[in-house]
Amino acid sequence: MEPEDSPSRPMIDEIHSNGGIGVDEPSRNKRPIISSGEQLDVEAYASLYQGRTKIMRLLFIADHCGGNAAMRLEALRMAYDEIKKGENTQLFREAVQKIDGKLGPNYGVDSAWCEMVDRRAEQKKEKLENELNAYRTNLIKESIRMGYNDFGDFYYAHGALGDAFKNYVRTRDYCTTAKHIIHMCMSAILVSIEMGQFTHVTSYVSKAEQSAEALDPITGAKLRCAAGLAHLEGRKYKLAARKFLEAGPELGSHYNEVIAPQDVATYGGLCALATFDRTELKNKVIDNVNFRNFLELVPEVRELINDFYSSHYASCLDYLGNLKANLLLDIHLHDHVETLYEQIRSKALIQYTHPFVSVDLRMMANAFKTSGAGLEKELEALITDNQIQARIDSHNKILYARHADQRNATFQRVLQTGSEFDRDVRSMLLRANLIKHEYNLRASRKL
Amino acid sequence: MGSLDALVIQIQGLSSSAGDISRLHVILKQAEDSLPSESSRLCPILNQLDPSTHSLGYLYILEACTSAPISKEQATTLVPYIARYISFCVPEQIHLAPDKFVSVCKRFKDQVVLLGTPIRGVAPMLTAVQKLQTSSEHLTTLHPEFLLLCLLAKCYKTGLSILEDNIFEVDQPRDLFLYCYYGGMICIGQKRFRKALELLHNVVTAPMSSINAIAVEAYKKYIMVSLIHHGQFSNSLPKYTSSVAQRVLKNFCQPYIELASSYSSGKIAELEEYVQTNREHFESDNNLGLVKQVVSSMYKRNIQRLTQTYLTLSLQDIANTVQLNSPKEAEMHVLQMIQDGEIFATINQKDGMVRFLEDPEQYKSCEMIENIDSSIQRIMALSRKLTAIDEQISCDPLYLAKAGRERQRFDFDDFDSVPQKFNI
Repeated sequence: MEPEDSPSRPMIDEIHSNGGIGVDEPSRNKRPIISSGEQLDVEAYASLYQGRTKIMRLLFIADHCGGNAAMRLEALRMAYDEIKKGENTQLFREAVQKIDGKLGPNYGVDSAWCEMVDRRAEQKKEKLENELNAYRTNLIKESIRMGYNDFGDFYYAHGALGDAFKNYVRTRDYCTTAKHIIHMCMSAILVSIEMGQFTHVTSYVSKAEQSAEALDPITGAKLRCAAGLAHLEGRKYKLAARKFLEAGPELGSHYNEVIAPQDVATYGGLCALATFDRTELKNKVIDNVNFRNFLELVPEVRELINDFYSSHYASCLDYLGNLKANLLLDIHLHDHVETLYEQIRSKALIQYTHPFVSVDLRMMANAFKTSGAGLEKELEALITDNQIQARIDSHNKILYARHADQRNATFQRVLQTGSEFDRDVRSMLLRANLIKHEYNLRASRKL
Repeated sequence: MGSLDALVIQIQGLSSSAGDISRLHVILKQAEDSLPSESSRLCPILNQLDPSTHSLGYLYILEACTSAPISKEQATTLVPYIARYISFCVPEQIHLAPDKFVSVCKRFKDQVVLLGTPIRGVAPMLTAVQKLQTSSEHLTTLHPEFLLLCLLAKCYKTGLSILEDNIFEVDQPRDLFLYCYYGGMICIGQKRFRKALELLHNVVTAPMSSINAIAVEAYKKYIMVSLIHHGQFSNSLPKYTSSVAQRVLKNFCQPYIELASSYSSGKIAELEEYVQTNREHFESDNNLGLVKQVVSSMYKRNIQRLTQTYLTLSLQDIANTVQLNSPKEAEMHVLQMIQDGEIFATINQKDGMVRFLEDPEQYKSCEMIENIDSSIQRIMALSRKLTAIDEQISCDPLYLAKAGRERQRFDFDDFDSVPQKFNI
């Protein structure tokens, strides 16, 4: 290590060879960044999903794309088309209201369609009810299960998620094999995710995992994704990362009514980056063969993880910055983008400073593409949080690592513990005396 | 007429040996009821007696003398008598009638307060406390009275002398409450916040069956002192606190709890604004001075935090981060803190830079070793005391009877053995 007071020449070279500074390596900056400032391709995005989540995601994009009218209308148009394929009139009306006639006469209130769908729904409901009643009088378990299940499917298709959930859960009493239970759990998980009830998701995931012998790899991967989503929603990013990383490549696009494999890569990658330490990042993400398949789908995330690991922070942060706009349009991730980004940034700062005895702040600011003052503030916050053991020489703009003196710290702690013990025991004896006094008083009163 | 003279003669005659004194005590007790009726003639008698040899008799006469309400003029004449008596009386004799002694001293305190010269009472009261005490661990009723006088006379240093003693034996819970409360205030006056915190903590966490005003006031001060000393305040009381205190105290001290939460935000402007809007409340509690100390402690806290983060920092930057108006003001603060030993730093006036240093204490000096050694001795003594009390309690028939009774309900076999664990 370098002597503490002289940030000498060789050390600067060392930082350079560490690759932290983009300016010195123009080739890095020229590398094609796939989504740099590019708008989200709504059509390509939507094609990754199917079913209700596709509609919801499109509507979400329409609501959150801000001033981008073209994107908004595009999303709404696709949502409209998609809804028309289903039977959810409630959602249809909402979408139409959002479109507000801006897409021409073809995208207006199709009341004839609505009525037709509603009428058919009434009929179907009646039929299902009759069937179910018949099954229940006959007490055939399997048929009752099927009846409830059909009801659940029916409600789900029509957007009555609460009723759908209730009916799916009701099938539980009539499940006879592990397969049935898993089917029930998968349905309940799907509905809960749509409802945003992630506590249900966790409990049904663990219920499904109990009957492990009946789990095929695809369902296993699905369950992991669902659990990951629940953890993500609960802001337990580390657990979320673990779950996403465990999801097997069998997942493919089998679960696209909830999550696309691209999402697994993004969610898992970002959560891992924000919470894992270097060895964990290496072992569980970069060297993880299964997860690599997912990462191949989203090269940006793969690149930024590699950049982070090889300490090319500037380019890593660049990638992150470019991804941000799109991630903010993601129905699950949008709430967490800021927190995750902050954590990743602090981690980068911590990792950068970690190996050095002293760091030139100007160089570091360069590596992170910020101003010296801004960097100082960020470092100050981290030092106050005790995440970096260092002190800033604000005069010479140098960060010095701080060596905890074990001996002094021990002395200090011993003396402090001693005086605390002293104080506690004395006040305890006092209290004991007071209690004794009160006891005697009561005893003497009784006499 | 004659009985009083006879009494004086008996006092004079029966004050030499221990046997005589106990006989005299019986006689005095008999005469006690008739004495107040002749209070006008009592004062001259005092001149015939010597406070050091006739301590007990003198005490009875003096007590009778002062029992009636007293005017300012009478007080002027009586105060020197009592002061002289307190400094010359013999502890063995007054221990026969501690109640009398306490009431005389209390009246003495009232009189000096009435005369508006509390400082006259400080020294005699200190002597009185020392004479009444059976051991240095004994808390007498005079302790709080003495501390109150110290507070009124602003003689905090004298008050500290008896606060140094560790108190374990308590006659009256009320004495302890007041002792700790006044003691806390004296320590605050001397800026010995650690000790103050300890004393106030004792009041707040003391066992009590119903809430009392002393505890409420103590809790208010406790909040502020812990802000000044630790820079934080945790809302929850330790679990050995009486349930009444845990439940009710917070409701009485709402403005102070809000003060603490506004302090924890670390923003000086916010805190000042809060203090300004609640100024009247703090003023009516007579706590405004302490509140101001809380506010100024925040500057210190913020500067101290900077020493954790920075090695060098310009005065201008300090002023900016701590929200002081000018570098000059920041310099004054830093200087003051260096002087008080709260931070270790050097100021370079040429560049306007402050260089923060580490704690120079290396724990290698002889003084430090001695200090550590004395701490070890202290703790050892304390733990011996703890063991002794533990043994004493486990032999206490009352305790055993109760513990045995409670055990019996569960298991007959356990009845004989001493319970392993007991929670105090």
